[in-house]
Amino acid sequence: MRALAEGGAPALHLHRVGVRLGEAQVLEDVSFEVAPGCFLAVVGPNGAGKSTLVKVALGLLTPQRGHAALFGEVAGAHPERIGYVPQLKTFDRTFPASAMELVATGLRRRWPARVTRMERDLARAALSRVGAERLARRQLARLSGGELQRAYLARALVRRPSLVLLDEPATGVDYLAEHDLYDLLERYQADTGATVVMVTHDLAAARFHADRVLVLNRRVHGFGPPDEVLCEPCLEAAFGHHGHHHALAF
Amino acid sequence: MSLADALHLAFMQRALAAGLLIAVMAGMLGVFVVQRRLSFLGAGLAHAAFGGMGLGAFVIVSSGLLASGIGLLRHPLWIAVPFSLLAALGIAWVRERTQLSSDTAIGVFFAVSVALGVLFFSIIPPDVNLGLSLMDLLFGSILSVTQPDLLVIAGVAAVALAFLVGAWGSLGYATFDDELARTDGVRGRLLEVLLFACAALVITVSAVVVGIILMAAYLVIPAASARLLARSLWQMTVLSVGLAVISTLLGLALSYLVDVPSGSTIVLTQAVLFLVAAALSRSVRGSPA
Repeated sequence: MRALAEGGAPALHLHRVGVRLGEAQVLEDVSFEVAPGCFLAVVGPNGAGKSTLVKVALGLLTPQRGHAALFGEVAGAHPERIGYVPQLKTFDRTFPASAMELVATGLRRRWPARVTRMERDLARAALSRVGAERLARRQLARLSGGELQRAYLARALVRRPSLVLLDEPATGVDYLAEHDLYDLLERYQADTGATVVMVTHDLAAARFHADRVLVLNRRVHGFGPPDEVLCEPCLEAAFGHHGHHHALAF
Repeated sequence: MSLADALHLAFMQRALAAGLLIAVMAGMLGVFVVQRRLSFLGAGLAHAAFGGMGLGAFVIVSSGLLASGIGLLRHPLWIAVPFSLLAALGIAWVRERTQLSSDTAIGVFFAVSVALGVLFFSIIPPDVNLGLSLMDLLFGSILSVTQPDLLVIAGVAAVALAFLVGAWGSLGYATFDDELARTDGVRGRLLEVLLFACAALVITVSAVVVGIILMAAYLVIPAASARLLARSLWQMTVLSVGLAVISTLLGLALSYLVDVPSGSTIVLTQAVLFLVAAALSRSVRGSPA
């Protein structure tokens, strides 16, 4: 892990977090911290609590036990410092909106009636950064999965966040678009020193792009550099069966 | 009497003012109702208003308020409004706290409200003059809007439009993606409760004018037509309000000229505009919505 910024608080810190949703204990005694500038991949099987962890980090869900902090402050206190890329399945494709309007929400934090000139310039620059300037006026309903992902990424990056949180950003995206996405994230990180936290099913992507990996299945089953954590015993403990070396042989 | 002459008549001016206020409120509210797939909410709350009116009428008759000199207390609306608000909050609560879908939650309140309405109206002696007939309540009576009715509608319009205009950006964001909006500090759940309460208020006071059966259409058709043509939420809002206003003006004029019920003429005009919007949508937006 990159060293903590001098005198700075961790970008993300979870301390003994426990979350129960109904009858199910989704997260239990989860503790870890991520230094500023780190690229953390969160991996685990379906139902492991990965998306719940993201909600806790965003301040959308208050854990029954423990606490979560971003840059030393309670999660959710400073939404302007976070760029969030949700899972595509939450998007309503019947909503009448252009990519430009979606990106502008990242600046205004409200749905824009009209996009101002300044917002338009910043949104175009953000779309350009993710190679999607041509999508600015296109309706969201007409974008492919990869194009939509770029628009969401531009929305997340337009306010130059210190922390980028992505919840399974490669779902519904083809192979090339997925690799473009990782390149864009790494470039943004190199330019700004931002922290990236990405939930993913892709163990190979976690191995090649992250400098820290959290293996989660309700509890933390491993946390550390990819080479140490993405090993058979650790993955078997989290996923409960053999054969993960296939997913890593990339 | 020509239409121009009729516009000088006080009852026609009140009808026009009430119709336009309802058009603006319903047009703006309808955008969020349609886009959140809550079209059945309009029908559910309109029928909750029926239950509330029934309860109100029963309370007024049985408590002797009908004989009081205070005009507003003799109108079942003062009981129907809180009744509908409670129904709206009940629907929001069931949606939030149970695994039931919106239409199921609304369906439960819909059925109970109608049953209560029928029950209360049936036990009011038939010779009691409430100043509001069951037919007026079901099908509307825009031409019989009184000055106090108009004042109540104007008051509700002021409250509803202040909320809808003030919260438009937050409502739009939460309608697009509630979770994304909440990450940006938008209080989506509170907004939804306020939206439901606003809908209950608008629908209940409008139902007296437009009719319970037609109110749901008033809330849905202009917004659905706008959705077929709009490329942004703002365009959809402007078009929805515009179409609701145009259909009210045209419907009112046609109903006067042809001498047919105004509520149904307004809704049928909305339906014609919807067909026109559907025909135009491919050329305006490039493909069906």
